[in-house]
Amino acid sequence: MNAETLVNALFAGLLTGLIYGLSALGLSVIFGVIRIVNFAHGELMVVGMYMALLLFRWWGIDPLISVLIGGAILFLVGYALQAVVISRVAHLPDHMQFLLLAAIAIGIVSACLIVFGPDAQGVSADLPYSLDSFQLGLLIIDKPRLYAAAAAIVVATALLLFFKYSPVGRAIRACADNYLGARVVGLNVSRLYALTFGVGAACIGAAGCIILLIVDVHPYLAPAYTLIAFVVVIVGGMGSLYGALLGGILIGVSEAAAAILFDPSLKTAFSFALLILVLLLRPQGLLGRAVR
Amino acid sequence: MKSGIFVRLFGDLTPAGLVALFGLVAMLILLPFVFSGYIMTVAIMVFYLAFVGQAWNLMLGFAGLLSLGHALFVGLGAYTAGYLFAKQGVPPVIGVFAGIAVAVAMGSAIGYLGFRFSIGGVYFALLTIAFAEFTRIIVDHVKFLGGTEGLFLPVTQESRRGADLINMRGSPEMFYFVILALSFAALIFCRWLLSGRIGYYWRAVRDNPEAAAAVGVDLFRYRMYAVMISAGMSAIAGVFYAFFYNNLFPEQVFGIERSIEATLAPIVGGVGTLFGPIFGAFILTPLGELLTSLVEWLQHNNIIDKRVKVDGVKLLFWSIAVASIVLLQPRGLWPFICRILRLTKKIEGKR
Repeated sequence: MNAETLVNALFAGLLTGLIYGLSALGLSVIFGVIRIVNFAHGELMVVGMYMALLLFRWWGIDPLISVLIGGAILFLVGYALQAVVISRVAHLPDHMQFLLLAAIAIGIVSACLIVFGPDAQGVSADLPYSLDSFQLGLLIIDKPRLYAAAAAIVVATALLLFFKYSPVGRAIRACADNYLGARVVGLNVSRLYALTFGVGAACIGAAGCIILLIVDVHPYLAPAYTLIAFVVVIVGGMGSLYGALLGGILIGVSEAAAAILFDPSLKTAFSFALLILVLLLRPQGLLGRAVR
Repeated sequence: MKSGIFVRLFGDLTPAGLVALFGLVAMLILLPFVFSGYIMTVAIMVFYLAFVGQAWNLMLGFAGLLSLGHALFVGLGAYTAGYLFAKQGVPPVIGVFAGIAVAVAMGSAIGYLGFRFSIGGVYFALLTIAFAEFTRIIVDHVKFLGGTEGLFLPVTQESRRGADLINMRGSPEMFYFVILALSFAALIFCRWLLSGRIGYYWRAVRDNPEAAAAVGVDLFRYRMYAVMISAGMSAIAGVFYAFFYNNLFPEQVFGIERSIEATLAPIVGGVGTLFGPIFGAFILTPLGELLTSLVEWLQHNNIIDKRVKVDGVKLLFWSIAVASIVLLQPRGLWPFICRILRLTKKIEGKR
């Protein structure tokens, strides 16, 4: 193996990491505001992937355009989930909420298994730009991967701008900072919570549509993606949006490094090793604030 | 002191409760003399689920620590004793202690990481999942444990008869009595723990850690005890699993499905109750089996597509069961039954 292969693999890992970051952003938004750990995270992402797959098969829609449709549908799903189900268990201890989401997660996986079967299906060979690549000096970059990463950056930027400048985004941040204060000034917190879950789910759905460009979908991807997103968010720092992106890039690069230096099947073990290391040295995450 | 220990263990039961408990035990002991074959297999699964559930419940129900990686401890017990038996010829009566030691060591490592840095609540649950997955991937690559090809325990037609308790080789009836004894030992052990100092400390730590620390309970120490005891019990369950099924694959033994399986019976029965895990297992396993036969029957008669996997349907059913328990009866079914039948003086699981 030479330096060229290594650099290329690491750069590809960085691009994949951006998509991980976008998906983890969805998890982080939901946790940061509603304080719910969305255990059905990877499952929602897989739902997004299947939607993009069907849209491509039925009408030939490019997954990058499906981002809008998949995001919109998952927004509604997330909104309904929070408004109808999760709000009802808000008074229960953390672990009961977690178990409810775990149950929803298993439900989604088994429904996907029943509907789509266990085989991997994808679009990665059928797109007009599938096997194309750019060459930039030493770097050879696959077009689908580059487009996917670019789309992830666009969606993530849109999300960050939404939270920073839009009135709804600011209201949501107010709820996250001071629940009681937000209620006192007359914000409709339960509606804002539902919106937050919707926005988070839309973000996850968008990440699902995007990642279909480079990964074939099967139901068992869901728990794996849930775990990756958790690792990303804990490494980056729970509740920190930039931390989620940074964590995503780190995990993407470390997976790529593990795959090329050791064995592709060990890449997840590397992410977990990184997680344990971060928990040992900096339990609040790289960009997180220490919480008590 | 004999009456003392009796009162400590069974004092909470009403006369009706005592009769019910001992009647149940007597019936369960007689079960193999009436039924055989399929019913025995289901009964073994019921008590396996109840035993693992009891171990998991000890952490969440007693000490307030959510673990979603209990497959890790079960798997370590299974692999340690299984390896010692299959590759080194060490009988499981000795192997089980090695299994417990490995699982307790791992539990202590996770507990140390988690509690030193006050990684509480769901973060701790994530840590347990991370460790379980990490171990699964590592065992995939360990040659002497068989890797992804699996570890097989030697079994012959003769060894499926009789009752060789030292080597855990024997008939389904032997396995039934072993797991039945383990389940009731676990029930009494947990009752003994709960009615002692450690049990009161655990509940204080669970219900209000700040207040418990303020009155001088060492949070770190008592949380560590809970993880270690639970890990050890789970390892025993793992040894049983290994010798009952005779083959171990990392995907199956350490998989997240197995961790979730450990949580089901106590959730349905009632987290934090003593009899909840057993009750939950009694309800869930037969329901799961009924569902399997129903799906197979429907497929046989071409009402459902043959490609639909039974496992998928079963998982869907479990997810609906857990979701409805959380939404409708978050304390589980056992406290509810207990209240109607007046089996205990205080309602179990009431906080």
